[in-house]
Amino acid sequence: MKTTEYLKELRTALASVLVLVVILCGAYPFAVWGIGQALFPNQANGSLIQLKGKMVGSSLIAQGFKGAAYFHPRPSAAGQGYDASSSGGSNLGPTSRKLIDSVTERIAVYRSENNLSPQSPVPADAVTSSGSGLDPHISVQNARLQAPRVAKARNMSQERLRQKIDTYTEGRDLGIFGEPRVNVLNLNLDLDYGR
Amino acid sequence: MDIYGWIQLALFIGMLALLTKPVGLYLVRVLDPMGRTFLDTALKPLESTIYRLMGLDPKAEQDWKGYTISLILFSLAGLLFTYAILRLQHLLPLNPQGFGPMSPDLAFNTAVSFTTNTNWQSYGGESTLSYFSQMVGLTFHNFASAATGIAVAAALVRGIARQTAKTLGNFWVDLVRVNLYLLLPLCLIYAVFLVSQGAIQNFKAYDTASLVESYTVQEPVKDATGTPVKDQNGTQVTVEKKMETQTIAQGPLASQAAIKMLGTNGGGFMNANAAHPYENPTPLMNFIQILSIFLIPSALTWYLGRMVGNQRHGWVVWGAMAFLFLAGVLVCWWAEAAGNPHLTALGVDQLSGNMEGKEVRFGIFNSALFATVTTDASCGAVNAMHDSFTPLGGLIPLLNIQLGEVVFGGVGAGLYGMLIFVVLTVFLSGLMIGRTPEYLGKKIEAYDVKVSVLAVLILCIGILGFAAWGAVSAWGIAGLNNTGPHGLSEILYAYSSATGNNGSAFAGLNANTPWLNTTLALAMLIGRFFFIIPVMALAGNLAKKKLAPPHTGSFPVSGLTFLILLVGTVLIVGALTFLPALALGPIVEHFIMTGSGRLF
Repeated sequence: MKTTEYLKELRTALASVLVLVVILCGAYPFAVWGIGQALFPNQANGSLIQLKGKMVGSSLIAQGFKGAAYFHPRPSAAGQGYDASSSGGSNLGPTSRKLIDSVTERIAVYRSENNLSPQSPVPADAVTSSGSGLDPHISVQNARLQAPRVAKARNMSQERLRQKIDTYTEGRDLGIFGEPRVNVLNLNLDLDYGR
Repeated sequence: MDIYGWIQLALFIGMLALLTKPVGLYLVRVLDPMGRTFLDTALKPLESTIYRLMGLDPKAEQDWKGYTISLILFSLAGLLFTYAILRLQHLLPLNPQGFGPMSPDLAFNTAVSFTTNTNWQSYGGESTLSYFSQMVGLTFHNFASAATGIAVAAALVRGIARQTAKTLGNFWVDLVRVNLYLLLPLCLIYAVFLVSQGAIQNFKAYDTASLVESYTVQEPVKDATGTPVKDQNGTQVTVEKKMETQTIAQGPLASQAAIKMLGTNGGGFMNANAAHPYENPTPLMNFIQILSIFLIPSALTWYLGRMVGNQRHGWVVWGAMAFLFLAGVLVCWWAEAAGNPHLTALGVDQLSGNMEGKEVRFGIFNSALFATVTTDASCGAVNAMHDSFTPLGGLIPLLNIQLGEVVFGGVGAGLYGMLIFVVLTVFLSGLMIGRTPEYLGKKIEAYDVKVSVLAVLILCIGILGFAAWGAVSAWGIAGLNNTGPHGLSEILYAYSSATGNNGSAFAGLNANTPWLNTTLALAMLIGRFFFIIPVMALAGNLAKKKLAPPHTGSFPVSGLTFLILLVGTVLIVGALTFLPALALGPIVEHFIMTGSGRLF
């Protein structure tokens, strides 16, 4: 190719970038924004929960509950923990001493908090950190093991608390996809505010 | 490995097979400049306007060199465009968090990464990038690099299908038509579905939630320069910090997530990618996202069959891919379901498998399926942290990348990569039976084999060359998060991912250093363009040849024999190249983990 042809191609290249940007990076995302805000405003804005005039969190984002009266989420490696502006996992490999040490410590804490015997098995999700560090869910088994502690702290019957757990247990999507799970923030908010 | 996993796997492969023909048929029309689609009424005027603005004659076809030069000029223009945006993001709009400019090496790495369809991320999205940088600087390439890959695949298929031809189509026309008729309409519907499931799409500043229960954390103390302060014993000094609020990152995520999956780009809006609840809130959405990675690559095999007039050949290529996919996903699923024996010994109930780095809503099967698919294709999005997989569970994604991402593969890139292996298979079979190798009526000659081998060698050089260099250099091991064999896996994975244009990572590796940013960027450029150039040369050479009518000595490329030979060639080339390196990483780690209590 001659120099003039290269220049012509270069001009086409630059023009194509600009034209495509207008369509694909302007019209397209704003169209999704417009449709999303019109049809699904709650989801498009982050599934935020408003309570008594305050925004108390997102039903999709874990918060770091630690008190006895609340169900606890999974451990988090996001920032200093549950940092929803810095998501991420521990990225520790299966033979990492750091991983094994922290799991050992979490098991001890989990057993003592929930008054479990030193031999009783601990659910995997309760002592491992999630990929996002913001996993809003725990396994049903994990929730049930925490229930006696929460019931005691709240002076509630175990039976009623079990019903609450059932209410906030989400099954597999369409009965097939994913795993059954309990949304921790929604459940805890129900315990506090009866919502 | 429970029954629900098997049902989901069957649904996955079944739906993929069902979608292959209709989408393939649509691709035939999109990739034909004269092809008619049901969107013509809406988009034809726009298409003509775009050609006019570009100063383009859409009827003029290009030879392989012209096509390649256009492709490289376009990529270069896009690269500079994104580099400029990333360096100047503090001056540009839609930056409610007031993020500063990216450092030169990080901006270079990121611009290269998105231009090459890799989407390797040395940065954390929500803590580094403005909405403008994400929506314009990065999303542009999610569309453009995907369309470029499909264009190259189309050019190669035309080269196979045409005879005594000089030209392979027009790059600009392919680019525009793929974006306009295929990616844009699909993404529009797809992104709205994502929003309905809980993916965010807004332009507001990050939200601040008042925590339901406040708590304290130990925050590391840093001095004025940002270096962590340590006491006399060398332990980190911490201070107690009361947490009363939670800052929740927001942004125009859904529009980017749609094209990141469909275009097999994989770059997450958020740092945690598709593990983040905003980027992948429900298992249903997760399933659709995984399916969307394979959608176009799978349909391209049907396009191949239709264009070369041998639909069974298309399905044989599909079958070889499906076989390799199933083998990978079963091993990965089995390894992750078995869990980590060290945790079992501590009393962890691992009925749910190895949950470190995974989300409860997805569980083991959907994490293993995602990891396998994202690396079979050159997608690189993740819904679980590969770094925390068991050694054999993590071996599968790594091996998938090293095999050349030809198992359905990246959009376009998967097909042209697999066709390189088809040429090699035909050549090796020809040697075995002592006849001139022939592919679909065309003689495969020295030149064709040379350029094909060149493409395969590029992968080997990029991956092993850079990984070996990194593994023996101070700058290479400085960023490691894990030590021992797992540390080697981290660095091997990084250069495999970069050269293979995948973008997923053993993400513990802190890659944001000038050395790693630069060498990884070079690996990405080599893996993309030094693969595409031989492919285009092959396309140009094949187009020139005459078609010979089939005769008794022709080697059939549409039966089970060919399927087995093709799978064998992919595995043998990959194994011979990478097994020694893998033995020192994940394989030895597996035996250390199962055979001893040794930790690193």
